[in-house]
Order: sequence, then structure tokens, then C-alpha cells
Amino acid sequence: MDNDTNPLLSIRNLKTYFEMDEGTAQAVDGISFDVYSGQVVGVVGESGCGKSVTIKSVLQIVQKPGRIVGGEIIWRVQQADGQEKLIDLAQLDAQGKKMRSIRGSEIALIPQEPMAAFSPVHTVGSQIIEAIRLHTAVSKKEAKRIAIERLHEVGMPSPEQRMDAYSWELSGGLRQRAMIAMALSCNPRLLIADEPTTAIDVTTQAQVLNLLRKLQQEHNMSIIFITHDLGVIAQVADYVVVMYLGRIVESGPVDDIFHNPQHPYTMALLESIPTVHSASKEFLPTIEGSIPHPFNRPAGCPFYPRCRSFIPGTCDTQTPSLQPVNEKQSVNCFLHHQTAVEKQN
Amino acid sequence: MVTPTGITDPPTPQPIPDMPHYSPEEEVDSIYVAPNWKLVWWRFRKHRLAVGSTFIVILIAIVALLPGFFSTKDPHESVAADLLIPPQRLHFFDEGKLQLFVYAIEGARNPETLRMEWQTDYENKVLLRLFSQGYTYEILGPIETDIHLIGLIDSDSDEPFHLLGTDRLGRDQWSRLVYGTRTSLSIGLVAVLISTVLGIFLGGLSGYYGGTTDMIIQRLIELLQSLPAIPIWLALSAAMPRTWSVEQTYLAITVILALIGWTTLAREIRGRFLSLREEDFVVAAKLSGSKETRVVFRHMMPTMYSHISASVTLAIPVMIISETFLSFLGLGLRPPAISWGVLLQEAQNLQSIALAPWLLLPGLAVIITVLTMNIMGDGLRDAADPYSH
Amino acid sequence: MLQYIVKRLLLLPFLLVIFSIFAFIIIQAPPGDFVTSYIADLAASGSSVDQAQIDALRERYGLDQPMHIQYLKWMGRIVTGDLGFSLDWRKPIKELIAERLMLTVLLGLFTFVFTWLLAIPIGIISAVKQYSFLDYFFSVFNYFGVATPTFMTALILMWLAFSVFGVSITGLFSPEFVDAPWSMARAEDLLRHIWLPMIILGLDGTARLARIMRANLLDELNKPYVEMARAKGMSEWKLVIKYPVRLSLNPLVSTIGWYLPLIFSGSVIVATVLNLPTIGPMLLRSLTNQDMFLAGTIVMIYLFLAVIGTLISDILLAWLDPRIRMG
Repeated sequence: MDNDTNPLLSIRNLKTYFEMDEGTAQAVDGISFDVYSGQVVGVVGESGCGKSVTIKSVLQIVQKPGRIVGGEIIWRVQQADGQEKLIDLAQLDAQGKKMRSIRGSEIALIPQEPMAAFSPVHTVGSQIIEAIRLHTAVSKKEAKRIAIERLHEVGMPSPEQRMDAYSWELSGGLRQRAMIAMALSCNPRLLIADEPTTAIDVTTQAQVLNLLRKLQQEHNMSIIFITHDLGVIAQVADYVVVMYLGRIVESGPVDDIFHNPQHPYTMALLESIPTVHSASKEFLPTIEGSIPHPFNRPAGCPFYPRCRSFIPGTCDTQTPSLQPVNEKQSVNCFLHHQTAVEKQN
Repeated sequence: MVTPTGITDPPTPQPIPDMPHYSPEEEVDSIYVAPNWKLVWWRFRKHRLAVGSTFIVILIAIVALLPGFFSTKDPHESVAADLLIPPQRLHFFDEGKLQLFVYAIEGARNPETLRMEWQTDYENKVLLRLFSQGYTYEILGPIETDIHLIGLIDSDSDEPFHLLGTDRLGRDQWSRLVYGTRTSLSIGLVAVLISTVLGIFLGGLSGYYGGTTDMIIQRLIELLQSLPAIPIWLALSAAMPRTWSVEQTYLAITVILALIGWTTLAREIRGRFLSLREEDFVVAAKLSGSKETRVVFRHMMPTMYSHISASVTLAIPVMIISETFLSFLGLGLRPPAISWGVLLQEAQNLQSIALAPWLLLPGLAVIITVLTMNIMGDGLRDAADPYSH
Repeated sequence: MLQYIVKRLLLLPFLLVIFSIFAFIIIQAPPGDFVTSYIADLAASGSSVDQAQIDALRERYGLDQPMHIQYLKWMGRIVTGDLGFSLDWRKPIKELIAERLMLTVLLGLFTFVFTWLLAIPIGIISAVKQYSFLDYFFSVFNYFGVATPTFMTALILMWLAFSVFGVSITGLFSPEFVDAPWSMARAEDLLRHIWLPMIILGLDGTARLARIMRANLLDELNKPYVEMARAKGMSEWKLVIKYPVRLSLNPLVSTIGWYLPLIFSGSVIVATVLNLPTIGPMLLRSLTNQDMFLAGTIVMIYLFLAVIGTLISDILLAWLDPRIRMG
């Protein structure tokens, strides 16, 4: 791993809101984290916590009425002369040339549903070739050669024939491999994987994860890996960001998050994973309640109604912020706020 | 969990002695589930255009219910002297005072063309009032009355008063239009009712049983839908004996329209049944031993009511237009029956329109009715099924 | 693909048999047979008919035989190209409808192309720019298009043209070309007249198709493959045209199956109002005059055109959508 001191991607106080008739949904509400070169960052959270919107914001493909209303997405660009340049993606025109030249070539996406992410009336090959030719000036023939090579690389059996297949003719695992091949087609520096294993079965899941890990090391890519599955995170991620209702509740290196969780939400999440050691007739602990509707987000800490360590008078009136608890981990909780705790005392 | 369609009745909350903090009010409040029709209404209410259209549709329906009350003249009465009088505009204020009136109209025969030519006489006013007395008619069945919404103050006067003018036989077009509303609307309604019953029955069979039944019904629907409707209607209506009475043709026309019109609804119902068949609550009902009729009528049908009502609303205007087509071409209802299509027959060629463009006005009634019903139906459909386009 | 088309083509004769039975029933529906009405007709015009002649006619058309034999005879004559004789026009039916049929098909095709050329862009703009001014504008246009019976559009335009410009816009030819033999000048004259019936006939369909296109495209625009194409870095318009528009054309193509028949049959009314020399007004006249062989033949033609429409739509759909082609 090349241990650059400067992050490849740096998200600062990103806010993406959906303004609707019924009110404004603050899908992403001021999150910040960094992705370093060669690092796999796992973003975990329940559905609706804003993890998908976060990465769509990075790619600037948030659907209307969603809109980035604030914050910065700093992307480090390696220029031809070897110089480095910082670009704030949030400031770019979403449909402009500059953003489009980054999308798909420098930052690529592996979507959640490989079935639906391929057009059913175009062959898989033609869609990969298109991705290549969008960003590199190569002939159709050359693009085809690259596409076959990529398919080969992701372990697609008989890639030449698969070029002419339609996505619905492939199995779930092969479809996801084809998707990965398409994402890799332009040698991206950052790969964003949006729950890439949710739609496929468990045995294939493991293969896809291993493949991603392997490709990441070979190409020295960075990956933002989005999932609600902590098991998957433990397998692939170097660094973990835990999200709840549009905010980061805790972030830190994967080992610290799993072995030394600080936020009550992270703890609860980890407790709800079944382990081989748990007694068979025992109920698995669950997190009480359900995620509040984004339109009526509770005042104060969004997690307090479900929190075991709720501090009345503090958590429901003030909003905590993400603060470091040690040199590696940051937590967004009053339990770790020196000032707040002191106020309590 | 109580489904929003009210399929299973929510169990009445029983006091549970072991739970100290249980407060029934709070609990009932938090599990309150609005019945489906209420949800549909809440969503429909937001669609302002659809709500506005609904008001107009209701108005039209009231006119169709009480044509005698809204008419000003006997629709069949023809006054030989009053041929092709242009519409007389209704005025509401006379010198600042609230007073309904129209300007009098004077006719003179053009010595060259030998046609009557009508001139508005701005010196003379024909005074009108609400709830005036006029010809006697039967209101809502056998009750006789002579009260009309609007009419001459002096009910014995024979001063011409024609809100929408007269036709070439000197009949009052407004009154004919009002009576035509009844016929056209009811034909649409009856035809849709027949085709709805057919559509629900055949679509339901098709979707619920699937297999061969489904195959046969689907082929039949495809066949019927690929038929060119208008020539078929024309041919079928031409086959009606000329000797049939007005009532018989009326019935025959509705049946012809319904026989061709049921396919769309049947397709939709089938699709619903096909997807509902796999739903957990249907499977659960079947597994718990419900009879087939119970599964269909108690569990499946209620989830479709709002959808069916939207489809029906959208089908009525199609039927109305179809009737207009048929009668316009002289193969539907025939005089002395009065319908919008029969009225528009008067405006079939350029000569009559050039001479009396107001004969096209019944067409406006068709457009307004169809337009408002379509908007209302679309609003209803969106409200019934917010997740599909 | 070939297999698919062959399968569809094999279905064709089957459908035609069903339709021909249907048309035959229509011919037979009015009380009495047509020889009776022919005799009544002749008697009314004062000419006498001798029994031998009547019997010959009856035998020729097999009227003394059971229904199914009559049907088979009729079909046999049609297959050999003998469409029969119109009693109303006193002419062989083939001669009567040849040019009218051509003009009907021509008007239908013009209208079809016109509607598609108009409806697809309207649908795309309304969907891509949903809730914009144009979307609302087209929405209003669509509602009126669907709500206005075609004959009303024809009548209103006719009246406007007459009262504002003082011209009478009826027929498909200028008076000097009505009975003229075909020439370049006559074809040109036709093109100068055909656009108005085309617009009138196409308005309702344009509204319907644009609505379908809009709804389809709105559905497709939310599909993950659109987002994926965006994530690849394609430009917005290019990706919209290449993926969602392409996919929403499929349901539109399947409308050809009912839309072509709708145009042809809708033209009956417009043609009657505008007095066009197509088969529509002839059908109407034959029905009112109980000229049943002519009516039956024309109904049969309409049914045949409908089958062709379905066939075209099936083949196009298979060509456009690999899932159907291979499934």
C-alpha cells in the first residue's frame, strides 16, 4: 500500500437534501471522511441511513429532487505533468464535461443490482465497449480487445462468447463480474461498490468479495464499500464509517470498530450479529424501535429514542458532533464529549 | 399487522393485566390505520384539477338526472317560424340591477335567398326569472311539475328565447342538449356497467385460475382488441332492424359498445389477480381453509375497488364518444331519440355549419364531459395506485 | 428471429378464417337475403324480374343452400379473386374499391408516420422535463386531443377554413383531378390535400401515444441502468436516447397492433365528414343501403388491415427486443 499522507478523496461536511412537498429529507447531513490511496473504506448503516446518497453525491448522480446543498468533495487529480491538483467535485456541473470525464474513468461504480444496471436490450459487450470508448480514444476493435481482457481478468468463463450475451442470459454472479469488468475498464483510481453482494447468493458473494480484494491489490485502487452487512465489512474493509440517519456516528480502523466500539449504536449493531458461540435458543439482541422517518427526525442526537445510554436533557436537546476519542477513532456521541459530560456533572 | 385495505378486522384491544405501563388510548392512536378509501381520498384531494373536474362531472350528472328542470322548452316541440335562431346571450344585470334577460330577436325573410335572417333587437329585452313556470314535465319519475330553472317572467308570452339557438326544425337547442345529456351519459354508464361485469368476471377467471382458461381468454381479448372497432360497431348497428323502438335500439347500442369495451378492464383485473395470487395474505387465506369465493370476494376484490373505480371512470368517456360516433353517422340512436350524437347529426356537413355554427355546440358538451371525466379518472387512478404511472 | 416470424405468419390464415366468418355473419345479419332486396330494388325502379333470373342468381350465390355451404362458396370466390357485385353501385366490387383502398392505406400510413414523428419527441420532452412548462402544455394538448371526437376536429377545422379563409376543404383531390387518370400532377394534388385529413386523423393518436411514451419513459428513467450509464460518464441526452428511450419504444411498438386498425377505422368518420374517396364512406353507404356483399368485403378488408398491423407490430417488437426474439 502506498501510504500517501494526502487523501485521494476527502469529503467535508457534505449535505445532500431532498426537498419535497412534504418537507425536506436531510438524507446526508454534514458528513466528513477521507479515502486514502489503496484503502478500502467500508460504509455501514441500516437502509435509509444515507450511505447510497453519499456515494451518489460523490459521483454527482443524485436523482431529483435530491441536491448537494453544502460541503466539499475534494478529489486529488494526478495531472499529466506529475503535478497534483485538488478539485471540489461538489462545485462541478453534474452534467458538465469535467464531471463526466471523472465519472466512470477515475471514479467507477459497481451498482447494487447488476441485473437491472445493464440494459436488457444491449449486449453486455457493447456496454463495456461503450464505457471504454467514452474515456479513451481507442478504435472499436481495440476497445473490444480490452473488454475481453477485462472480462478474462474478472474470471468470466469464455469471455469472447459472453461479449454477445445479454445480461439476463447470465447468472447473478457472472452478471456482477461483468459489472466489475465494466467498472474496471478505464482503470479507475477509486471504485465505489454499492452493496455489490446484496443481490447475489452467499457462496457467490464470497467469490465476488475475494475478486474485489484481489483486483484492488493488483490495481492499487481505493474502494468505498457500502453495505449493511458487518460480516462483509470485516472481510474487506481497512477503515469503517458507521452511519445513522444521514450522519456519521463512528469511524475508525476496522479492528478498532469491531473490537473496541465506542458509540452505543455501533455496539448495538455488533451485538445483533449471531456468532458461533451464542447459545442456540437465545434471542439475538436487536435494536429497539425503528429508524425515524426522515421528515420528522428527532431533535438532538438522531439516535436517542433508541439509545440505551440516552442522557435525558442532553441527547434530546443538543446535537453531538463527530469528535476523536483516541488517535484512530472518532465518535459522534455525548458520552464522549468532554464538555457535554461535564455539563451533566 | 392490519393491512391498509381493511381485509382483516383489527382485534379489539384487550386489557393486559401484566403490563403496568400499558395505556390503551396511546396504543390505539399509534396503530390507527386509515381505511383504503380514506387514503385514496387524501391523495385524490391533492390533485386540484381532478377535484375541480369532479365538481363539473357532478354538475353534468345533476343535469342528466333532471333534464326537465334545466330545459326551457319542450325538446321535441318544433316551431316552424323559429328556424335556425342564433344563440341569445344571457345577461345578468339590467342597468346595474340584478335582472336576467336576453335581447329580443327579430326575424326577416331575405328576399333573395328566401331564408330567415335574425337580428338582435337591442331596444327590447325579454325578461327572465329563475324557477319560472313553463311546460309540464315529469321530474324524477311520475311527479309532474312545470317549474324550470330559468324561463320567461311572462310564461304566456311566445317571444323567442333560445339560449343556444334553434335547429333547422325550430327546436330549442339548449333543451335538446339537456335531454341529450341524460341519454348520452346513461348510455355510457350502462355500457360501462355491462362491460365492467364482463371484464371483472372474465379477467378474474383468467387471472385467478391461469393455465388454459387464461390462455383462451387472453387470445379472445387479443382478437377483440385487434378488431377495428368502428367498422364493427357500424356493421353491428346496421344489422339492427329499423323497426326497433327507441328503447330497443338504446339497449342494443349499449350492448354493442359493452361487448367490445370490456377487454381493457379484463386485462387490468387479470394482471391484478395474477400478482395478488402470490401475495402472502391470499396464500394465508387459502391455507387457512377459506372457500374460493371467500378468497376472491373477501380478500382479493377489496384491494381492487379503487382501481376498478378509476378504470370505470376512464371507460365512461370512451363509451360516450363511441355513442356520439355511431349516432353522428346515423347508425346509432335515431330521432326522435335525443342524444349528443343525434344532435350533432344536424351539423354533419359544411353547409349547415356555415349557416348555423351553433349547431356544433353539442360537440362542446361532449368535449367538456369527456375531458373532465378523463381528468377525474386519471386523478383517481393516481390516487388509487400511487406507485405506478 | 426467422422462426418467430414464421410462427406469426402461420397464425395469419387462422386469424383470417375467424375474421371471414365474422364478416360473413355481418353480411347475413339483416333479415332476408340480398337477392330479395335486389328484387325489391328492381321492382321499385319499375323493371320486372323473371323467376328464371332470380333462380339463377340464387344458385350462383348458393342462397338455397345451408349457411356453411354459402360461407364456403363466398370464401371460394374471394380466394379466386371474385369479390362479388355491388347491387347499390351496379358494379363489380373489385373495380369499386381498388383506388379507394389504395387511398385508404395511403392516408393511414401518412397518419401513422405523422403521429409517431410527433408523439415520440413530445413524450420524450414531457418525461425528461417532467413538471416543466412544456410538460404541462403537452399535457393540456393531450387531454384535449383525447377528449375531442375526430369528427369534431374535422367539423371545426372545416368551419374555420370556410369562415376565415372562405375555402372548402373536402375531398382528397381538386375538382379537376377527381376523375382524372393517375399522373404526376394528380399525385402532387393528392399530397396537397392529404395533410389535413392526416392531421385531423392523427391528433387523437398523437395524444394517446405521447401519453404512453411519457409514462413509459418516466418508468424507464428511474431504472438502475440509467444511473449506471450516468455513472459511466455519458452525457445526459445521449444516454437518455440510447437507453431509456430505446427501451420505452418497445411498449410503443406494441401499440401498433391496435393503433393501425384504429387509424383505418377512425378514418371512416373523418372521411365521411370530409367526403374523402376512401373505403370508409363507402362502408357507411353500403350499410345504410344494405348492400351487404360490399359491406362484408369492406369489413373483411378492415379486419385484414388489422391483422397486418398486429403482424407488423409483432415483427418489429421481436426485432427491437432480444428478450422476445429469444424467449
